[in-house]
Amino acid sequence: MASKRSDSKKVSRRKFLVKGGLGTIGVVAIGAYLFRSPIRRQILGVVNSLEAPYLDNIDQPMVWFEVTSDNNILLHSPKMEMGQGTFTGIAQMAAEELSVSMDQIQVVHAASSTGNVDSFATGGSTSISGLWKPLRELSAMLRVMLLKEAALKMNVGVDQLSVEDGIISGNGKTLTYAQAAEGVENWEVPDVPVLKDAKDYKYIGQPVARVDLDAKVYGDPIFGMDAEMPDMLYGAVVRPSKIGSIFVSADTSAAENMPGVIKIIVEDDFVGVVANSMIEAERAKDAINVTWDSYDNLNTEEIVKMMTVGNGKSSVIQKNGDSFGNQDEVVTLEFRSPIGAHAQIEPNGVVAFVDGDTATIKISTQVVGLTRKEVAKRLDLDVEKVNVIPTYLGGGFGRRLHTPHAVQAAIMSKAVGKPVKYFFSRKEEFQHDMFRPPTHHVVKGKLNDQGYLDGLEHQFVSGDVATDSALIPNALTNFLGADVGAIRGGFIQYTAIPNFKAECWHVALPFATSWWRSLGLLANTFAMESFMDEMALKANKNAVDFRLHQIADEPIDIRLKNVIKAAAEKANYSEEVKDGRAMGFAASIDANTPCAQVAEVSIVDSEIVVHKVTIAMDPGLAVNPDQIRAQCEGCIIMGMSAVLYEQMFVEDGELTPTIYGPYQMALMKNAPKEIDVVLLQGKDTPGAVGEPPLGPIGAAIANAVRRLTGERLTELPLKISKKA
Amino acid sequence: MEISLTVNGVLKTVDIADENTPLLWVLRDTLDLKGTKFGCGKAACGACTLHVDGEAVRSCSYPVKFAEGKKVTTIEGLGDRENPHPVQQAWIEEIVPQCGYCQPGFMMATAALLNKVPKPTDEDIDKNIINICRCGTYYRMRKAIHKAADLQAEKLTNDSKEA
Repeated sequence: MASKRSDSKKVSRRKFLVKGGLGTIGVVAIGAYLFRSPIRRQILGVVNSLEAPYLDNIDQPMVWFEVTSDNNILLHSPKMEMGQGTFTGIAQMAAEELSVSMDQIQVVHAASSTGNVDSFATGGSTSISGLWKPLRELSAMLRVMLLKEAALKMNVGVDQLSVEDGIISGNGKTLTYAQAAEGVENWEVPDVPVLKDAKDYKYIGQPVARVDLDAKVYGDPIFGMDAEMPDMLYGAVVRPSKIGSIFVSADTSAAENMPGVIKIIVEDDFVGVVANSMIEAERAKDAINVTWDSYDNLNTEEIVKMMTVGNGKSSVIQKNGDSFGNQDEVVTLEFRSPIGAHAQIEPNGVVAFVDGDTATIKISTQVVGLTRKEVAKRLDLDVEKVNVIPTYLGGGFGRRLHTPHAVQAAIMSKAVGKPVKYFFSRKEEFQHDMFRPPTHHVVKGKLNDQGYLDGLEHQFVSGDVATDSALIPNALTNFLGADVGAIRGGFIQYTAIPNFKAECWHVALPFATSWWRSLGLLANTFAMESFMDEMALKANKNAVDFRLHQIADEPIDIRLKNVIKAAAEKANYSEEVKDGRAMGFAASIDANTPCAQVAEVSIVDSEIVVHKVTIAMDPGLAVNPDQIRAQCEGCIIMGMSAVLYEQMFVEDGELTPTIYGPYQMALMKNAPKEIDVVLLQGKDTPGAVGEPPLGPIGAAIANAVRRLTGERLTELPLKISKKA
Repeated sequence: MEISLTVNGVLKTVDIADENTPLLWVLRDTLDLKGTKFGCGKAACGACTLHVDGEAVRSCSYPVKFAEGKKVTTIEGLGDRENPHPVQQAWIEEIVPQCGYCQPGFMMATAALLNKVPKPTDEDIDKNIINICRCGTYYRMRKAIHKAADLQAEKLTNDSKEA
């Protein structure tokens, strides 16, 4: 069963760390695993479509598994669970190759002390696709290691052994994995065995229930906000409300003698207070009078003016053929999307304890490695002495790719010599979010005599997404010439059109903008797919046929065509308005996952009502079809919320609103009563799932509205200006 | 000052410096019941929803002094793994949670709704379940709420048969 592969180059690069029995627990730890070198691509088109690999940290041993004395497997996940179902998918993958039942696998977040830290992040819809190969290989290797030990203990040849549910049998004898692991000190490290054939999968491909379901239904304390440490105090940090404020001075006299206050810390531009309770810390914070040197009192109109195609610097990210011939026949439409907030329900929070030359950080984060490095740097600690213990995330969505609050809590902890817990108020969450940048799009197209596009051009401008992020070196962004986050979804996907061009402009805004689930995809697809619909109408063609005709024949194109056909068929796509309802169609490709949606919409009292959304998506091999469906449903509703309701403003230099409600979001009453999901499998490995379904929803709704009212809505959030 | 309240069936007396402290923080920080979540502090998101004398209350904006002598139920007291509440059972069967942070608030709001409206229509649900879920689990939640109503009705029938 453990036949060798010829892949010796990779095998030789593996190192293993194996620990033997810890008390009654048999511990097996498998070490560093390097399977791909970081990919450098010079072509933005490839950056846009690649499925990012799992980037590991090759310098350190990594603990992936523990075999516990009760014959269960503890799997230390380098990827965080933020709702996307990664823990369940990786449990399925590991159970498959380890030949244990799902009940025998417990997934935990790897603390940085185990070494198993993703040196990049949890994000970009890469967790399952990135771990697909390495995790199954590691699991299979662990199985072989356990079988070899069992063979010695049972005095039976390894080839006579079989294993099911973690129980090894052969020659009439049985041994559990735990018994096989017990007391072993020198493990024999095997080559990578041949992995299971897809037809033999027992768990992969099954809609098994989430492994974290019970914890989340019975209210277990699993989130960052629930984390504690003994003798913990509470911190609060003073922040400016106006954009661009520069710290001048702090008058702390009124706060110093307030009840419960332990210490007030002013360090460079950092002003924090530590108190016995969260409420006392907050009250003292409010009593500190900080003088800020304020930036200009900006307003939304000025931000919109800045964020206009033609401003900043640009990069042509895709080009084919020539520019348009006769300019008179060119149709031009402009689109805009607003500033968006993450608005995840669990505020950013952390408990930090700096104890001499070590630090312990409990936090819900998408960036364990970065958090560790930043704390070590600011507090001048050895990075190995900083242990980041991640928790479940109460929503990620890109917000938790930034964790300066871990550094702030560590500063406060160091100042008082005790653990300090600190979290954002909701006002701070809204004012100091790392926002989705606003965008502006100018889309041009020209039809030929047959009523298909002869030319198509997408010019768009965005604020920072990947630019100035600690995760992506600016050198890379500069080298590529465009923000690798902003371009997501910005490419022309109808490459059978003879002439096309996409050009991305970049403007840095005076407030922080960054990663928001799906990055540029939401706004770019809204613009491009709204425009395609308008051109189909102008050409007097069916919107689905119009698209299909202009897609090329590369493998990804075929998959795009297939999801378009599947969505149209499943929804019975029709361009007739029936009983006051119309359908709108849109499609996109994100991270190599094509997705098409049909939205069924009516207008009630000038409000857009989405009754039903049909989605067809091809994420490749579906490790857990139920959780892929859940991601489709969630993306459709989150996307709907963003395109129909959500919008941040800048008023007199302040980001606003600062509370849910005024920051309007989709509620139960707004969610479609029907969501129909069709999953296709156009490739035999898993692909991106957690973001691609956000692409088409904006244009699908806007295109339905166009057919209902005749009005082409070009700005998000979508608002009806005349009654249907 | 001392405040006495019944939490998940157990009488508790807490010594609280400020009687206006929100009930949420007394439960989370003093009584170590972390299932009730902080989301916004302004009763705008519903993550902190629990029951006071059977009524759904947003505990981040409910001074603890008002809970004196009352019965408070949190997600930990709604049901447990051995004996799940019909709402929890339905949530499991429909695999509702994603990140899970807002879910206790939704389950408590749903349990309170079912006590008043045992067989809610979609309109009842739209009108009464007004918490916020960022992951967008509303679609499955609606199915789970209808299922919970059925499970609760079954349970009542079975209980009355046994009685």
